Amino acid sequence: MPSTLPLGEPAPADGRLPPSAVAGSRDRAFGLYVHIPFCAVRCGYCDFNTYTAAELGGGASQASYALTVERELEFAGGALAQSGIAQRALSTVFFGGGTPTLLPSQDLSRVLQTAKNVWGLEPGAEVTTEANPDSVTPESLAELARAGFTRVSFGMQSAVPHVLAVLDRTHAPERVPLAVEWARAAGLKVSLDLIYGTPGEELSDWESSLEAALTLEPDHLSAYALIIEDGTALARRIRRGEVPMVDDDDHADKYEIAENMLRGAGMSWYEVSNWARTGEDQCRHNLAYWKGHDWWGAGPGAHSHMGGTRWWNVKHPAAYAQRLDTGASPAAGREILDETARYVEDVLLRSRLAEGYLVAGLQPEGRHAVAGLIADGLIEPADAFKGVVRLSGRGRLLADAVVRRLLPN
Amino acid sequence: MSPMARTAPVPAATDPAIIRNFCIIAHIDHGKSTLADRMLQLTGVVEQRDMKAQYLDRMDIERERGITIKSQAVRLPWELDGVSYALNMIDTPGHVDFTYEVSRSLAACEGAILLVDAAQGIEAQTLANLYLAMENDLTIIPVLNKIDLPAAQPEKYAAELANLIGGNPEDVLLVSGKTGVGVEALLDKIVRDLPSPVGDANAPARAMIFDSVYDTYRGVVTYVRVVDGHLSPRERIQMMSTRASHELLEIGVSSPEPTPSKGLGVGEVGYLITGVKDVRQSKVGDTVTNLAKPAAASLSGYADAKPMVFSGLYPLDGADYPVLRDALEKLMLNDAALIYEPETSAALGFGFRVGFLGLLHLEITRERLEREYNLSLISTAPNVEYEVTLEDKNVVHVTNPSEYPVGKIAAVREPMVSATILAPNEFVGAIMELCQSRRGVMGGMDYLSEDRVEIRYRLPLAEIVFDFFDILKSRTRGYGSLDWKADGDQVADLVKVDIMLQGEQVDAFSAITHRDKAYAYGVMMTGKLRELIPRQQFEVPIQAAIGSRIIARESIRAIRKDVLAKCYGGDITRKRKLLEKQKEGKKRMKMVGRVEVPQEAFIAALSSDESKDKAKK
Repeated sequence: MPSTLPLGEPAPADGRLPPSAVAGSRDRAFGLYVHIPFCAVRCGYCDFNTYTAAELGGGASQASYALTVERELEFAGGALAQSGIAQRALSTVFFGGGTPTLLPSQDLSRVLQTAKNVWGLEPGAEVTTEANPDSVTPESLAELARAGFTRVSFGMQSAVPHVLAVLDRTHAPERVPLAVEWARAAGLKVSLDLIYGTPGEELSDWESSLEAALTLEPDHLSAYALIIEDGTALARRIRRGEVPMVDDDDHADKYEIAENMLRGAGMSWYEVSNWARTGEDQCRHNLAYWKGHDWWGAGPGAHSHMGGTRWWNVKHPAAYAQRLDTGASPAAGREILDETARYVEDVLLRSRLAEGYLVAGLQPEGRHAVAGLIADGLIEPADAFKGVVRLSGRGRLLADAVVRRLLPN
Repeated sequence: MSPMARTAPVPAATDPAIIRNFCIIAHIDHGKSTLADRMLQLTGVVEQRDMKAQYLDRMDIERERGITIKSQAVRLPWELDGVSYALNMIDTPGHVDFTYEVSRSLAACEGAILLVDAAQGIEAQTLANLYLAMENDLTIIPVLNKIDLPAAQPEKYAAELANLIGGNPEDVLLVSGKTGVGVEALLDKIVRDLPSPVGDANAPARAMIFDSVYDTYRGVVTYVRVVDGHLSPRERIQMMSTRASHELLEIGVSSPEPTPSKGLGVGEVGYLITGVKDVRQSKVGDTVTNLAKPAAASLSGYADAKPMVFSGLYPLDGADYPVLRDALEKLMLNDAALIYEPETSAALGFGFRVGFLGLLHLEITRERLEREYNLSLISTAPNVEYEVTLEDKNVVHVTNPSEYPVGKIAAVREPMVSATILAPNEFVGAIMELCQSRRGVMGGMDYLSEDRVEIRYRLPLAEIVFDFFDILKSRTRGYGSLDWKADGDQVADLVKVDIMLQGEQVDAFSAITHRDKAYAYGVMMTGKLRELIPRQQFEVPIQAAIGSRIIARESIRAIRKDVLAKCYGGDITRKRKLLEKQKEGKKRMKMVGRVEVPQEAFIAALSSDESKDKAKK
């Protein structure tokens, strides 16, 4: 049961965008997200919009999925052009899921090729796919690299078998180094995703996972606290008392461990949950979300953003395919942000970045809050003196509280 | 069986010999309003189609809680043996907080129906009101109601009633307000058994006010019982306690809608309208006379309403202060017992200290404010009025712990009550334990029947205003009932316990307690607050202190994590909505210094654990 979509206004069937989204589009970076809503098994903690073959039933097969997405990309090209949005080459492309590598690499390559045909790729564009360590081979990774992919992000999650078991992850930990080696051999940059705070995970387990990840010298690492989402199998197991609840202090301890070990290994945080070896290794696609850039999100349940208009596609792959079959936009709803909402989102998103938020860009309440945030040790004083609100280590753990203090009541 | 009266006696020209004035004494839920409705229907004053359940209880809260707050009087025609009679049914408030109003309603009657649930037996408040009725020399008609219930035990409770008031169990009438069984016989019995009113028709007019109600369109409607003389429209009347005079714009009877008449004579019951806007100008118990030909002496029994319990009422949103002020002003028009004055709390901001007759009065008022004026309120722990004598012999009256004088106290006196508790005898031990723990002194114990006892205690009022009744109910599995009345005061060894959050005193949580209980209060309150106040971005020490001496301490550890890691696949909308929800949550917080305290914490901290457990069940 995947997470629910927001409520918004109806989206027009022709995908046309309002004039507010058009203004200034020439100067904004443009990215593409492609959602692959398939998984071999559903993990107990996951509330993303993804389906196993058994859940999916008929009407939306994995085999024809690439074709359907390509149809959306062609639709997107038309809709943007008709709306008067500037024609821009893609700066970043990101295939996420689900498990993108559950599709044959030829399918992923085809979709990327179609995107190139519609918009073109900027020189040096970043093209990433997420992957499960057990759904790649040396050949498949090489093929992706040949097709233009530059990065692969492996869902490692943990190096500890009992933790992976609670997460329902099927891969064997020893599979990860192999997958990383193959990716490197194919010339791809490597990112690893870790999850901390799984019920039953000891501090030492988390240290082992970080150590195992660092041994592989990834270019980029994401560490996400496990959020127990309502409606997931894990939430039910916790409610029944089968696995223990994890408290926020445990998360805080583990975040601090991660920060210390990653910094020790020469990596720097650039967003609350993301670290990179160098500035070049930061995930530009990820940054685009936090910086409010434009992106088209293709696939069922995918979210898009274009100059202050956000929209989201229908969730079920069958409904999604049906829309595109009739030539209609797959969008389920949209939201045109007003000035206030745009400001709220800007502060909410950018303040999580290491580059920080310019004090000068804050409204008066926000500027008045800065001194208090310094006093409480939530932002870096030296940066604040230079006019930038930048979270301290403690502030990163309390980032939502910082945002609430920066925004008007 | 008596027919409905064919011709009703005309008000202002009714011979006292055919008048019967009565009230119904009953416990909450024993079916008084249902019986009254049935009488309205049988006597034909309310058509079947106009019946709405419990016609006489006008306010929504009354109907929801099944209690009557404001009494009214209805004139019912009834024919017996070819004579048409005028029956005045005076509805009385049914709760312990309104004893004075009850006593005035009783004083307007010659008789009372003692109405008892045939499945539950008599309760303490009914007993107290019965006592008042007997003190007023009222003729009592004992009635068991709800005999249609499968659980009814008419023989058992008839014996109990007969034992209480004398007479035979067979004299107890068996009725069902719901089905109507026995109600006509009851009406006949009222005519036969109750004495008719006696008064001097030629004397200067004297009428006793037993209720006054504010009506948005008509102003104050005053309900009176004429004792002597006659009141007529357009004449000038005088209130004997205040000497204020008014013109009688309208006079009439309720049947049950107000019906103007040519006046009211001896023994009659009806309403007056003078155009005044404040019920304080028409006080319950006061005597109305004719300004031109005033009576020499007022009727006895008048007393000013005296608030017993005080609580601070604060709007959750400080901006609502003017709304609360206007709302209290309006409520006051209709509630002579309500008093209030502005008050400022360091923790809660601007609000009012409000005096109530009792806890139910407090609850009802608070509920009306919230419902009718759309306010969200915090009410502080109820307090009684202490008389503090300082060493310099000055005396201060304290209704709020924050006004408690610092040092140099010679003596403190606290108000006392005598309480009557009725319960099945298996709970005697539990009740005694509860009363002893509340510094009670036992006055006596009697068996009402084989298995039901009446226990009398003298207790400090402060010990029963907070949670006593809830706990009594839970320890007697709902069977215990309580009545109390003021009973002087006593010197007590009292201290003020302060509660501090991060070194800042929170006046709302301060309490005046007996010295022996101060430590327990401190431990209880600091412990509760530790559970109730969410972790903040810094550590929050919670302390309880008497003066500068710390008697208990707890601490809330600083929160370490308040950040959502994920961005939900580009679903920024969801993230923003979460933020908006968090900010909404913050609006429901009260700032105490820098500490965010949720409204629920104030409510939960000020309620008792036992009563909370009960609410959960």
